[in-house]
Amino acid sequence: MFKIKPKTTQVIAYSVLLALTVITIAVLVFIILFIFKNGIRELSWSFLTQPTKEMGKEGGILPSIVGTLLVTLFSIIIATPIGVGSAIYLTEYTKGGAIRRIISFGADCLAGMPSIIFGLFGFIFFVIMLKMGWSILSGGLTLAIMILPTIIRTSEEAIKSVPNAYREISYSLGGGKLDTIIKIVLPTALPGILTGVILGIGRAISETAAVIFTAGSSLNMPTSLFSSTRTLAVHFYILAREGISMPKAYGTATVLIIIILLINFIAYRLMHKFISKYY
Amino acid sequence: MAKISIKNLNVFYKNIQALKNINLDVETNEILGIIGPSNSGKSSLLQVINRLSEMNNSKVTGEILLDNESIFSLPINSLRKRVGLIFATPTVLPGSIYKNVTYGPKLHKKFKKSELDELVYFALNTADLWNEVKDRLQESASKLSGGQQQRLCIARILALKPEVIMMDEPCSGLDPISTAKIESTMVSLKDKYTFILVTNNTKQAARVSSRVAFFLSGEMIEIDKTEKMFTNPKDKRTNDYISGRFG
Repeated sequence: MFKIKPKTTQVIAYSVLLALTVITIAVLVFIILFIFKNGIRELSWSFLTQPTKEMGKEGGILPSIVGTLLVTLFSIIIATPIGVGSAIYLTEYTKGGAIRRIISFGADCLAGMPSIIFGLFGFIFFVIMLKMGWSILSGGLTLAIMILPTIIRTSEEAIKSVPNAYREISYSLGGGKLDTIIKIVLPTALPGILTGVILGIGRAISETAAVIFTAGSSLNMPTSLFSSTRTLAVHFYILAREGISMPKAYGTATVLIIIILLINFIAYRLMHKFISKYY
Repeated sequence: MAKISIKNLNVFYKNIQALKNINLDVETNEILGIIGPSNSGKSSLLQVINRLSEMNNSKVTGEILLDNESIFSLPINSLRKRVGLIFATPTVLPGSIYKNVTYGPKLHKKFKKSELDELVYFALNTADLWNEVKDRLQESASKLSGGQQQRLCIARILALKPEVIMMDEPCSGLDPISTAKIESTMVSLKDKYTFILVTNNTKQAARVSSRVAFFLSGEMIEIDKTEKMFTNPKDKRTNDYISGRFG
């Protein structure tokens, strides 16, 4: 019978896995390079600091940068405490019963929902029913709901992976449940929770469908939470779709990607600093 | 007077009875060794005295008195402050050595920085660890060796200023030198504390304890002075176990 030597199997497995990894990285690098190649020449100090003119054909994108950061920040500020709170409830206070399964199932369904559904919901609920109008507030709240399941699920996994021995030690020293959660469980789970928050930021910052319905597409500089704003992703979409200016569209995309890369970079640096300090 | 007095204690986990009608007094300032094969209920006994067993759906009948007061009517955190438990696997909490020692005390009351420093010195010094770690109190505790980690766990309990220290096979994963250090710590501390030492190592029980109890399948077969127990046990099963015929 035909038999492959163990050594050959190793070589094959190694090369296949390596090839798959290379493909993944290559796709990422290709997309980034493609966008940068087309957009980098638009980048200039005035592009970053000037108001938008003539629907985006001229001028900069400062209002969109500010709007994007505000909408994202607002959604994270809302979603993180709620998400981490429910993750704590699910892992520490329910004993793996029906409630937990139902909530987890709900969160998974919510995570798989197309973002335009969230946009439509946000439009009807926040913009019209609660009369918030097209605003950073409506957009942020909608995005918060959208990224909530991501934060819940990653935090849940992070909290579950905290060794039970830590909890026992804390109890055996006379610690209560809340002491244990705040002083032991959360700090230990923090890197994992942060990963969820970063994923959430990534989803929120690059979202188009959900914000176009809820934050609107005003090109004015936002002055309050009730201002309508056009996020970078939406701006890019409108510029490209309506054929206003492809160079400006690529420029916008480049800025958006740089912001995302920066946020990830800073977050991972912080995380590593934290981990190396404690473990 | 007995420090801890256990009367007609039965412990059930679901359908399994882990401890059967235990009657046992632990005297003040003694080291009581508890020996027996695995599954004999030794660890369950410690878990019940510390009321950690309440976390895993156990049912307890009978009475346990600490200084003549039922442990089941004491507030749980003050009980656990007075009766410390050291686990078989040394588990240090994430964070620095300093934080590991101060975690317990800070749960019970607020301290000034200088008081904490003093407490850390007292606990680490008593647990025979101070000289090895005094220059790196702020470093992560997980970098310590296994033996050092177990002594840190002892220091963590000592920082609570407990009355009783229970140890659940504290040396099971340690080398002979670390084991000797922990044993000598125990002996040097027995004037101030009461110890219950659960161990699989009958020789260890013979070396450090003043009295030894032998447990088998949830029952206490025999309890006596260490010398008597190892030279002239009353029960044949005890003799068989300590002479290595089973277990």
